[in-house]
Amino acid sequence: MDRTIYREIKATPALWQLGGLMIAFILAALWSVWTVEHHGHVITGMNNQIVWGLPHVFAIFLIVAASGALNVASIASVFGQKAYKPMARFSSLLAITLLVGGLAVVVLDLGRPDRLIVAMTTYNFSSIFAWNVLLYNGFIVIVGGYLVLQMMRKVDARWVKAAGVIAFVWRLALTTGTGSIFGWLVARPGYDAAIMAPLFIAMSFAFGLAVFLLVLMALFRLSDRMIGDAILIRLGRLLGIFAAAVLYFTAVQHLTNLYATEHGGVEWFILKDGGIFTALFWIVQVMIGGLAPMALVFLNPSRSSTMLASTLVVIGGIAQVYVIVIGGQAYPLDIFPGFEVVEGFNEGVVNTYTPSFYEILLGLGGVAIALFAAGLGAKVLRVLPTNLSDANVPGDS
Amino acid sequence: MTNRAELTRRDILKSGAAVASVTLASGVTLMAFGGTADAKGADAGKRWGLLIDAGKCDANCNDCVTACSTENGWGHSDHGTPETDVQWIRKVTLKEKATGRTVSAPVMCQHCEAPPCVDVCPTGASMQRPDGIVLVDKHTCIGCRYCMMACPFKARSFVHEPVTDQKVGAPRGTGTVESCTLCVHRVDKGRIPACVEACEQAGHSAILFGDLNDPESPISKALESYPSIALRDDLGLNPGVRYQNM
Repeated sequence: MDRTIYREIKATPALWQLGGLMIAFILAALWSVWTVEHHGHVITGMNNQIVWGLPHVFAIFLIVAASGALNVASIASVFGQKAYKPMARFSSLLAITLLVGGLAVVVLDLGRPDRLIVAMTTYNFSSIFAWNVLLYNGFIVIVGGYLVLQMMRKVDARWVKAAGVIAFVWRLALTTGTGSIFGWLVARPGYDAAIMAPLFIAMSFAFGLAVFLLVLMALFRLSDRMIGDAILIRLGRLLGIFAAAVLYFTAVQHLTNLYATEHGGVEWFILKDGGIFTALFWIVQVMIGGLAPMALVFLNPSRSSTMLASTLVVIGGIAQVYVIVIGGQAYPLDIFPGFEVVEGFNEGVVNTYTPSFYEILLGLGGVAIALFAAGLGAKVLRVLPTNLSDANVPGDS
Repeated sequence: MTNRAELTRRDILKSGAAVASVTLASGVTLMAFGGTADAKGADAGKRWGLLIDAGKCDANCNDCVTACSTENGWGHSDHGTPETDVQWIRKVTLKEKATGRTVSAPVMCQHCEAPPCVDVCPTGASMQRPDGIVLVDKHTCIGCRYCMMACPFKARSFVHEPVTDQKVGAPRGTGTVESCTLCVHRVDKGRIPACVEACEQAGHSAILFGDLNDPESPISKALESYPSIALRDDLGLNPGVRYQNM
């Protein structure tokens, strides 16, 4: 096999067009933010019952996927799998850009995005949100340093490994923090569960690898580079294992809740009576985003199976985050146990939510930021190998 | 003994410090009305609370809600829906599932001793005064709404549209979160909250305001004499608002 050579991708017309499309999405998101800031959040679908909406679904998906996009680099550096090493640089870069895209959505949806400086300088350390600000910023710095070390010439491999270990531990902490945003909400029956942290870690493994595979395959196609079937089948199988892990944690989460009578209400809401949420859970999250990708990569392992499975995991992942974020808020709080609310202020009723155009634009804008930055990075930095054909992928030690 | 030149320099420094502290103090005072933890008006020895007697609350009366809205300047919405409108206090009518008995009562911020909204706020904007009143500092609230996710009582509202007709005692801001302040601007002047006053004027006297730390206060004596409950007592938050005859 040849030595792995990293080169910037060529500026083909297709790449320019895609870049232009991403910029258009980013501009549309900025217009949406400006409009919402001008009129207030009253023009969005969010309200005082569903306080976090579609922007948060996109943001959480991107943030969770960000830490998972680092999988490939971690497997190469921390677990010494040589076959993954040529993709490690891009894996690190994509991890950073996905996080930036996700954070952009969270920040731009704030009621006062102009006060970002307050969030960056004033910390309440009993808040997992405040810790997450530190975890997210730290992730960008650590993975950035890890990427630089990977790209430097004549760097002792031990340093790269050390940086990889730190980045791996940090990404586990980061996803634990993101899951705990929900896990530590004691008042809401749909959350309040320690399993949110490991569930989010499993989700990050699956979503991040799926996004990584899709972006990698797209950039290789755009730049006319080869990527072998064997490595894609292998990564597809890994994705299938991660999808199974997500299903496992999801099953434990719901079975545990079902066992406790006090949580029966919210469980039956999600699993049986929740309308859109029930449909999203069973059809999109479990079947399309979990069982179908597993069937594809294990029963019919192929290049196209990996590609389709990645797409399905992303679709299922967005549905899963939607069910967690919106479904958890749609189910009413039980403020008066033992009582039925005859009259009240949206009390004891399922809260409805219809995302507005502005929220869709903002969420897609975050995706566009992540993809544009990843493409730009691959265009100006030597992060993508010129050849990933099977003959050129290093064997494992 | 210090020489004259040093004294002069010190004096200049002192005067600078004085100006700074005056500026700070006025800023703090200004915020204290809107609600920050300036302890000047808040006595750490007190814990303000409410005792709501559902037995005296009239299901058809909404005076506490109206009074709160008038006092604090919320409730006029140009484009909102009931779902997006701000609601510092609301009336609920409940039917006991086991018995069919109905009761009515107002619900507002429960001013918990261990408020989840304060725990989760990333910037510390959601805070608790030494006298137990839970407030939002409108200067540092970034509008993330995590406190709304954390509040077990749905007591907080996000301001969804530009605010008009603000009251001096209750500054508000688009894109920030707000809730019942227990009429902190009145309490600091020795007055009772607007809802309590309105309920008295309506002839119900269903809401009792007072210092929970003072065993001689009417609220403490009432709590001692009759059974009462806290909403979501299972969460162990020890709310400053308690209910009788629920």
